[in-house]
Amino acid sequence: MVPHEKGERVPLTICGYDAEKGTVSFAFHEVGKTTKQMGCLNEGDCLMNVTGPLGNLSEIKKFGKVLCVGGSIMIAPALLQVKAMKAAGNHVTTVLGCRSKDFLFMEDEAKALSDKVYVASDDGTVGYKGLDFLKDLLKKEKFDHCVVLGPVVMMRDVSEITKPYGIPTIVTMTPIMIDGMGMCGVCRVTVGGEMKFGCVDGPEFDGHKVDFEELVQRQRLMLPEERLSSMLWEIHEEHGGCKCGRNKA
Amino acid sequence: MKNMEVASVAETKPKPKIKKEAIEMPKQEPKARVKNFNEVALGYSEEQALEEASRCLQCVKPQCVSGCPVEVPISEFIKCLREKKYAEGIATIKTKNALPAVCGRVCPQEEQCQVKCVLGKIGEPVSIGRLERYLADWERDHGFQLPEKAKPTGKKVAVVGAGPAGLTAAADLIKRGHEVTMFEALHLPGGVLIYGIPEFRLPKAIVRNEVAYIEKLGVDLRLGNLVGRIHTIPELMKSGYDAVFIGSGAGLPMFMGLPGENLGGIYSANEFLIRVNLMKAYNFPEYDTPLRLGKHVVVIGGGNVAMDCARCSMRLGADVCLLYRRSRDELPARQEEIENAEEEGLVCKFLASPLRFIGDEKGWVKAMECRAMELGPPDASGRRRPIPIKGSEFTMEVDTVIIAIGQTPNPIIQRTTDGLVADPKHGTITVDENGKTSLDGVYAGGDVATGAATVISAMGMGKKAAKAMHEYLMNKK
Repeated sequence: MVPHEKGERVPLTICGYDAEKGTVSFAFHEVGKTTKQMGCLNEGDCLMNVTGPLGNLSEIKKFGKVLCVGGSIMIAPALLQVKAMKAAGNHVTTVLGCRSKDFLFMEDEAKALSDKVYVASDDGTVGYKGLDFLKDLLKKEKFDHCVVLGPVVMMRDVSEITKPYGIPTIVTMTPIMIDGMGMCGVCRVTVGGEMKFGCVDGPEFDGHKVDFEELVQRQRLMLPEERLSSMLWEIHEEHGGCKCGRNKA
Repeated sequence: MKNMEVASVAETKPKPKIKKEAIEMPKQEPKARVKNFNEVALGYSEEQALEEASRCLQCVKPQCVSGCPVEVPISEFIKCLREKKYAEGIATIKTKNALPAVCGRVCPQEEQCQVKCVLGKIGEPVSIGRLERYLADWERDHGFQLPEKAKPTGKKVAVVGAGPAGLTAAADLIKRGHEVTMFEALHLPGGVLIYGIPEFRLPKAIVRNEVAYIEKLGVDLRLGNLVGRIHTIPELMKSGYDAVFIGSGAGLPMFMGLPGENLGGIYSANEFLIRVNLMKAYNFPEYDTPLRLGKHVVVIGGGNVAMDCARCSMRLGADVCLLYRRSRDELPARQEEIENAEEEGLVCKFLASPLRFIGDEKGWVKAMECRAMELGPPDASGRRRPIPIKGSEFTMEVDTVIIAIGQTPNPIIQRTTDGLVADPKHGTITVDENGKTSLDGVYAGGDVATGAATVISAMGMGKKAAKAMHEYLMNKK
């Protein structure tokens, strides 16, 4: 997605669509300049260019009992998987992970779509504190398949928890990308000791084989530049037109 | 008889003395240009163009044209230029070449048309590329004239990829009366001309202009449309296209498979060039895409792409060393580019190859271990094979590495098109000499069929395929 002529290309995960209306939906956190700018858009505004869907198809079929974990903003696309898994005849248990109570969203949708819903937060302000409860859950219940969409650290932790039980665990990679179609190679991840491109080989990979440490490091490659860009934008724009509410305070 | 003719000419007109040296093209001074991204070569003035054109012998049987992959009528356009019929001159070029402003700048004329020029036997050949550029730039300043198109055939063609091959095929097909839709995956058209070749070698305004010409011919250009994901080739054929041309390029970067290659500060040439050219990272933070470049950049490779990366890095303020595993004589880059780069301060380290990359505590590259090579007998490519020298390991301090060792075709279309035969080793789509693939009505050309090559060879294949597609379409019921 390229918001404007001087903008960057940002990869976002589709979290819903309406074929009849011809629309797709995305959910994003306003964390950097581009997402903050997009947060300022109004109904009917245009983005310069949107390409997609890119990447390979998710494997949706009847596995049996599926554990679907969505974390942070990726709760939204995770629920799309929940919906599809359910439609394929699976029994779906959904876990919603968030930083704290204020960051939990779409809980009702999750409940409506899933057979069972658990909530967990980093600080324990809502639901379980941390993901340790999953260990107990896996001791009690048997799952045939697991999908995780969320922050890298969360995907790593869930993969570590499911590994002893041999539950096939699919994680959705969100490395830095530029073109998203195999050209730049910045999204390279190591999976099972091999170099893979998040965009053309992924985005979904076997969570038990991904080198998460390297991924965490690679995601931070441009952090200082991203912060600078965001800061400069905030100074110059003074939240003009931004609907985040901070300017009203 | 022949001798008599020559004699009679000599009597009436004294034989003009032919200047052995070509007219130099003005360039930005190295010290100035290494601080900016403006075009290095400034182009001929009218006087210079006329003088250079006057060197052309106007051979009865010109050899130059046989060296041109798209068969530009070279001596004819030079004749027009000499007579100051500029509009006619550019129209002559455009009968064969839809992208003259690009070709005049980036074609390796020294190994194509100019190598065939008979003047080359006594001195320097005519600077055909510079004259082509002069006419193309003249047209840009004076407005396009559109050629006549054939009557509509009612046939619909899809062209995949708006790079050199696709643009050429699209122009030729629409001129023959077919309806053409061009699908481009990126948000800007031009392919390698826009994402790969830097501004100082090929200004993006010129690419935009050439694309605008193709659009004015009537080609329907759809950006942000990655064929293979959004529509597959069979879907396009089913949805009413009578034929498809695939010119999806060689966009997949090659890596070396060495330890530490995924450290921060190690870019593929493609990533580096996409950031700099397509996304204009050199204007960060005005443009949103950043690029972190250290002080000590090493570019690995020796082709034109490696030179482009090195020259961009110097413009961004870095000290650049080019590391190449063979010697200077084997450098695959154009001589002109090597000279330009060296004038700008490039340091080359020949006969050396990296072994591993070493990172700091933050995961950023800080050094690389290399070893020296020596040249053995020639390999399959005809170049002498580099052989590692035992015990020659050494370490270089670096903070940025750009890997420019080549690209392979993007695999998306090959993976998503049943029945399309591709080379399992190189990933190229298999085609016959006319660009026909294993699927009926599906043609391919450019880097996706040949592996990474030049802009003009891609255009040549686009042209051949367009001709074959035209025949296919007209014979199809």
